[in-house]
Amino acid sequence: MSKTRTGYIRPLDLKNGCVDMTHGSGGRAMAQLIEELFLAAFDNEFLRQMNDQASFHIPAGRMVMATDSHVVSPLFFPGGDIGCLSVHGTINDVAMAGAVPLYLSASFILEEGFPLADLARIVESMANASREAGVPVVTGDTKVVERNKGDGVFITTTGVGMVPQGVNISGDRARPGDAIIVSGSVGDHGVAILSVRENLSFGTSIQSDTAALHGLVAAMVAAVPGIHALRDPTRGGLATTLNEIARQSGVGMMLRETDLPIRTEVRAACEFLGLDPLYSANEGKLVAFCRQEDADALLAAMRAHPLGQDAAVIGEVIEDDHGFVQMETAFGGRRIVDWLTGEQLPRIC
Amino acid sequence: MKYIDEFRDGALARKLAADILREARSDRAYGLMEFCGGHTHAIFRYGVQGLLPDNINMIHGPGCPVCVLPIGRVDSAIELARRPNVILCTYGDMLRVPGSNRRSLLKAKAGGADVRMIYSSADALKIAQENPDKEVVFFAIGFETTTPPTAVAILRAGELGLKNFSVFSNHVLTPAAITAIMGSGEARVDGVVGPAHVSTVIGSRPYEPFAAQYHIPVVIAGFEPLDVMQAILMLVRQLNEGRAEVENEFTRTVTRDGNIKAQRLVAEVFESRKTFEWRGLGWVPDSGLQIREKYAAYDAEKRFALPYQSVADHPACECSAIIRGVKKPLACKVFGTVCTPDNPIGSCMVSSEGACAAYYTYGRDKENQKH
Repeated sequence: MSKTRTGYIRPLDLKNGCVDMTHGSGGRAMAQLIEELFLAAFDNEFLRQMNDQASFHIPAGRMVMATDSHVVSPLFFPGGDIGCLSVHGTINDVAMAGAVPLYLSASFILEEGFPLADLARIVESMANASREAGVPVVTGDTKVVERNKGDGVFITTTGVGMVPQGVNISGDRARPGDAIIVSGSVGDHGVAILSVRENLSFGTSIQSDTAALHGLVAAMVAAVPGIHALRDPTRGGLATTLNEIARQSGVGMMLRETDLPIRTEVRAACEFLGLDPLYSANEGKLVAFCRQEDADALLAAMRAHPLGQDAAVIGEVIEDDHGFVQMETAFGGRRIVDWLTGEQLPRIC
Repeated sequence: MKYIDEFRDGALARKLAADILREARSDRAYGLMEFCGGHTHAIFRYGVQGLLPDNINMIHGPGCPVCVLPIGRVDSAIELARRPNVILCTYGDMLRVPGSNRRSLLKAKAGGADVRMIYSSADALKIAQENPDKEVVFFAIGFETTTPPTAVAILRAGELGLKNFSVFSNHVLTPAAITAIMGSGEARVDGVVGPAHVSTVIGSRPYEPFAAQYHIPVVIAGFEPLDVMQAILMLVRQLNEGRAEVENEFTRTVTRDGNIKAQRLVAEVFESRKTFEWRGLGWVPDSGLQIREKYAAYDAEKRFALPYQSVADHPACECSAIIRGVKKPLACKVFGTVCTPDNPIGSCMVSSEGACAAYYTYGRDKENQKH
């Protein structure tokens, strides 16, 4: 009697292979993809149990949960790719409640024909981001759609985290008089993506700022536990995020254009393309609201962290029933900084 | 940013504001029309109006190609886009402009039409090359600044032997529109700020007959806020001295005769239409450009035998009066209520260069201030 091999007949061809429909069928091919690619990359005790769910104990207290889908085009861009972006995006959404992120889930929708080499690169990048952040991917799912029914790969991640005792950070807590602090230069991610779009490529040294911000948030919460609100200004940029908070909190804001940290290259690219850096996406920045008397301590804590070195106070919260976000322009005038209208740039994250 | 910040300098702005305040006579008002939407945008974005004395009133002109395109032309573009086998290419702002029955190219796209947003006429050519089995139509709009690139695209299509490329021309002419506004006598315009990019192509000379006929000073100005303020100062001085000359603030690139090479390119491909319908201004003679018979193969209107149907504006929409400089956006009943940038009724609310969009985006908090 011939001996049957226990493993798969041949390993996944991560060099020249492609995703095919069997990789989502629930059969052996899918098991092989999960085992040789996802498990190998994300390896941890939860995944090793090979269950359809992860089971873990949580400390007592208030838990937060956030989910984020990623459809960025192109998949690889200066400074990052859809893999690390999908980890950073969800960690940041959890962290903006002041929470310590604990676990992630990852769900992949793959298009038939997608090169396994690209998938491996993306998964490796996710795994690295997750390891660096200290937040493991503990459960996941994979589906395959027919050719032309997807666009390579879409990734949805969900995260859970715990809020430290005594911290109450929420977008509806900005109060008149609060200082508005941004953690660094704005608009980098949007311009980095724009620079590699096939119909609009231009030369720039700008890299995406994609980064996990929970370390910075932890340092901020330690310095000023009474932070009122935090948010990461992703799609729609800083302008849209400030308008969201203004509406949630029922307040207005007054910004000072001269205090906004914007890289020269970003300003130049936006100027050239007729865009406004205030509406260009960020993936590694946050905006914080705190009492004026806490601002110095918070700013110092932020600047002491590698991801907050260029932090700056950019304005203050004012009373305004209309909820207008306004700005004193460098030119000496004053104008509204409105919500983003339409879509400045599709599929940015 | 080098070479940009110099034209947005706050200290210089304050000095210019003081000069304007000193020169503007308090016993009269100055109604100054900035023709171009780019100027409107700059005035709002940088808060220029707030730096001017109360008796200088900026009137926003029709120089926004999206705003002046009549509904009938938008309908034609939507009709074209919905034909099977057609790829319609156009600039981003056009996608959201409402046609009749609240249709738009964006909605046509969502309904399955192949509509592509492009950044230049060269992109449309590239799409035509990549899709030889499709009819690629470039929905061309704009004043004299965008016409030369369209002419180049048509000439280039000829060189490449492209059989599947055509242009739906909606190019219009600045001096004709200003003359139509002055001729109507509705708006109280004492002086005109002319757009520098248009004059980079056509020069400052085409304004001379108009300035003489209506005894109106014209200053050709750049698009940085200091350019606009300098132009305002120059207009105030001309008016105080009773002059009505064509002056050039934008000596950085504008000459009296303009860019002769670009003018020749345009003349090679285009000719004046007998008349063209404008939103707000109605039918204006010699105000639009059509493709010459020699290049008829690239003329989408001929190729697809597009009929033209004039369509009346939404009854509550004041775009027409706003484009003519007769009314301000805040005088429109639907401004900011039914009509917003996210859900525009009229074209002035669509483009960032439209007066309504500029008011809404940058200045709607100033409802109680002068406007």
